[in-house]
Amino acid sequence: MLEEIGTNDQGDMIINIGPQHPSTHGVLHLVITLNGETVKKVEPHLGYIHRSIEKMCESLNYRQFIYVTSRMDYLSSHINNHACALCVEQGLQLEIPSRAQVIRVLLDELTRIASHQLWWGALAMDLGAFTPFFYAFREREMINEIMEETCGARLTMNYIVPGGLMMDVHPDFQRKVKAFLVQFRSKIHEYDELVTGNVIFQSRTKGVGILSKEDAISYGCTGPTGRGSGVSCDIRKLYPYEIYQQLQFDEVLEQGGDSFARYKVRIGEMIQSMNIIEQLIDNIPEGDFQAKTKAVLKLPKGDFYSRVETARGELGVYIISEGGTTPYRIKFRSPGFSNLSALDHMSRGGKIGDLMATMGTLDLVIPDIDR
Amino acid sequence: MISLESLNRALQHWLQSTLGDPWAYLVMCVLVGLAAITLFAVLGLALVYMERKVAALMQIRMGPNRVGPKGIFQTSADTLKLVMKEGLTPDGADKFLFNFAPFLVMIAAMLVLAPIAFARNFQIWDLNIGVLYVAAVSSIAVIGILMAGWSSNNKYSLLGAMRSAAQIVSYELSAGLAILSIVVLAGSLRISDIIASQADGWWIIKGHVPALIAFVIFLIAVTAETNRAPFDLAEAESELTAGFHTEYSGMKFALFFLAEYINIFIGCAIGATLFFGGWMPFHIGHWEAFNRVMDYIPSSLWFLGKTLFLIFLIMWFRWTFPRLRVDQLLNLEWKYLLPISMINLLFITLMAILGWHL
Amino acid sequence: MFLTDYIKTVYGTLGSLLKGMRLTGYYFTHKKEIITQQYPEVRPVLAERFKGEVVMPHNENNEHRCTGCTACELACPNGTIKIVTKTEVNAEGKKKKAIDTFVYRLELCTMCNLCVQACPSDAIIMANNFEHSVYDRRQFTKVLNLPGSKIMEGVE
Repeated sequence: MLEEIGTNDQGDMIINIGPQHPSTHGVLHLVITLNGETVKKVEPHLGYIHRSIEKMCESLNYRQFIYVTSRMDYLSSHINNHACALCVEQGLQLEIPSRAQVIRVLLDELTRIASHQLWWGALAMDLGAFTPFFYAFREREMINEIMEETCGARLTMNYIVPGGLMMDVHPDFQRKVKAFLVQFRSKIHEYDELVTGNVIFQSRTKGVGILSKEDAISYGCTGPTGRGSGVSCDIRKLYPYEIYQQLQFDEVLEQGGDSFARYKVRIGEMIQSMNIIEQLIDNIPEGDFQAKTKAVLKLPKGDFYSRVETARGELGVYIISEGGTTPYRIKFRSPGFSNLSALDHMSRGGKIGDLMATMGTLDLVIPDIDR
Repeated sequence: MISLESLNRALQHWLQSTLGDPWAYLVMCVLVGLAAITLFAVLGLALVYMERKVAALMQIRMGPNRVGPKGIFQTSADTLKLVMKEGLTPDGADKFLFNFAPFLVMIAAMLVLAPIAFARNFQIWDLNIGVLYVAAVSSIAVIGILMAGWSSNNKYSLLGAMRSAAQIVSYELSAGLAILSIVVLAGSLRISDIIASQADGWWIIKGHVPALIAFVIFLIAVTAETNRAPFDLAEAESELTAGFHTEYSGMKFALFFLAEYINIFIGCAIGATLFFGGWMPFHIGHWEAFNRVMDYIPSSLWFLGKTLFLIFLIMWFRWTFPRLRVDQLLNLEWKYLLPISMINLLFITLMAILGWHL
Repeated sequence: MFLTDYIKTVYGTLGSLLKGMRLTGYYFTHKKEIITQQYPEVRPVLAERFKGEVVMPHNENNEHRCTGCTACELACPNGTIKIVTKTEVNAEGKKKKAIDTFVYRLELCTMCNLCVQACPSDAIIMANNFEHSVYDRRQFTKVLNLPGSKIMEGVE
């Protein structure tokens, strides 16, 4: 392939970045056209980690298919499961006990923090600083331990079942979460000292990969990518699910549209998530953790759509049911796919280093894009 | 007292008395060559180990701790692995240049070793243009890097090599100016003279603020010239996977790797010689007793300690900062370092004329 | 003023860089902050709920609680579990279904916990063991009921 398209008619160099490349965070394949160091075109090629999750889900029943979605956006797997469970519950018209709702939201926000922490370390690594990665993982480990204790797994939790939760939270849950909050609040200034305030980091990200508000809307960018461009797109605010309506938190918005704006949105979101957790952690209501459901779930004929805010943006789950025990057709609207589509637009005219900075702040998770 | 100097003298004397003049000279040359290669191997291993330990501690890890006590043989084991590996030459590569490039880089690094004073009167060659020689020869390495990048027939390598060339050529300037400012103060290019001029105080102290500025600029320039983070654009693994040595494997890769560390050592040795008085012990004015105690520490240890301190500084940079972008790198040199060092050189010249440094 | 801006930029740059270096320097000098766990020597403390593999606990009389109802087999999304049943005749001459082999294929298992949830008689549980590497993948196919084991009294 390299031999055939070494250069194009204008004498520009064509380089394959990926599918095995340190900064594509997985098997993303970018064919970039370069004029010297300047990026003229970025063409993402997908399909290296396509597992046809949507098709697989059609042969699994409504209890089984949820676990597969942990493998899409593996950094917010809990939130993926949540989205699927919401869709099934919508079809079943189930009333979820408030204890289950609160715990779901708590774990959602913990997942969001963990995902953003990993992103923070990985972004710094993309920009050439290795040390932040380890500092990020130190705090992320605490969340992983909480997850391990309550859900039994660190990454692909599969803790949510239609109707509530698989089991009750661990007795130590509240104490551990509080300890995490104390620890993370005491360490978050390191994020500023080491990365945010660093002049090199700022000059690498400010004014880089600019996505205007209009473009963000037309590309369908959601999550921190959209909010970095000033698009108010937080599903937790716009279409509140579970108990988000009763919670006090701000939608972090930045108007810059550049990589630094997206960076600041994510840092702000971590703090907002901590605020949400602080509101809830002492107020977990007593009661059941699971609603009464039938052994075999059957959705009525029709189509159902639910959406949640994952760490990367809006995840939509669309189920068409024929009334059977398995979905007739299922479709996920993954945030990474739309965000990636804006990459070409954002990185044109920048340097190769800018492309990496832009890609880093898009926070791509390739299995989420490919599914 | 046994010192490197007296050992050297004794050896030379013995050789001359047993073999006669021309043969003794030849044997000395061979011995020096062997010693240099041994030094390289040991330095490479030690510095890689040090880098890994420093990185680990900064990253709240433990670092190598399995092979040997505290993992000191880890780097030897790694080298062994690299030697055993196949040194692959890609099909489309220019075979001669591809295989020659690592050796050129290595040779350039070895040549610079000649004028460095490791201890009192312990030098391979006390050249009268010592500092100039170092500045000139160390830039040969860029040819090796360019050769490696071009001959690999790989676009990542090519980009890395081009970046490296632009970078080294630019940073040579401010490194040169920083060296020059000390030459102005010392009044000589000969390394032994420069060291001797610091007998009553190192230039970084005697030279007041301008010398400090020159030192900072020198340190930045050395970091850039050795292609290390935050200036590791030539390698930039998150952008160019491994830059100019993407296609290299086995021992050929190890030579590049070794040359990088040797270059750091040499850069820091020059820095220690120019700004911290090389092997000269730390003396304070008229505190005779204190000075005596300082003199008691062997001069080779002084030299090694200062050099290692500078190496540590450079490692500290690497494990703290993100990488610059290629245009920012050149901006930094041409818009900040070069003007500052030029003005600084003027100040230093003024200082030297007025005799403030004495 | 151009010159003051220039000097301010240089000063601010150095300040921010030194701040970062202070942080890494702090961790360099404070060895107690090290978070490495020396894995094979120091065993990780796993949560009791940690899902490592499916096991079937047996009591001291080599009895398990599995009735062979295949609820787990139906619940499993991947076909990890295969239950082969046989008919046993008990002391009173009644025919009774019992398990012959409970085949568990570890390489297919995603530790989703659905089988454990589905089991009506708590015959299978998740164990903490996470070190599954073997040299031959046939070893991944495990038979969970021990040879000669019987169903526990009173489990229906």
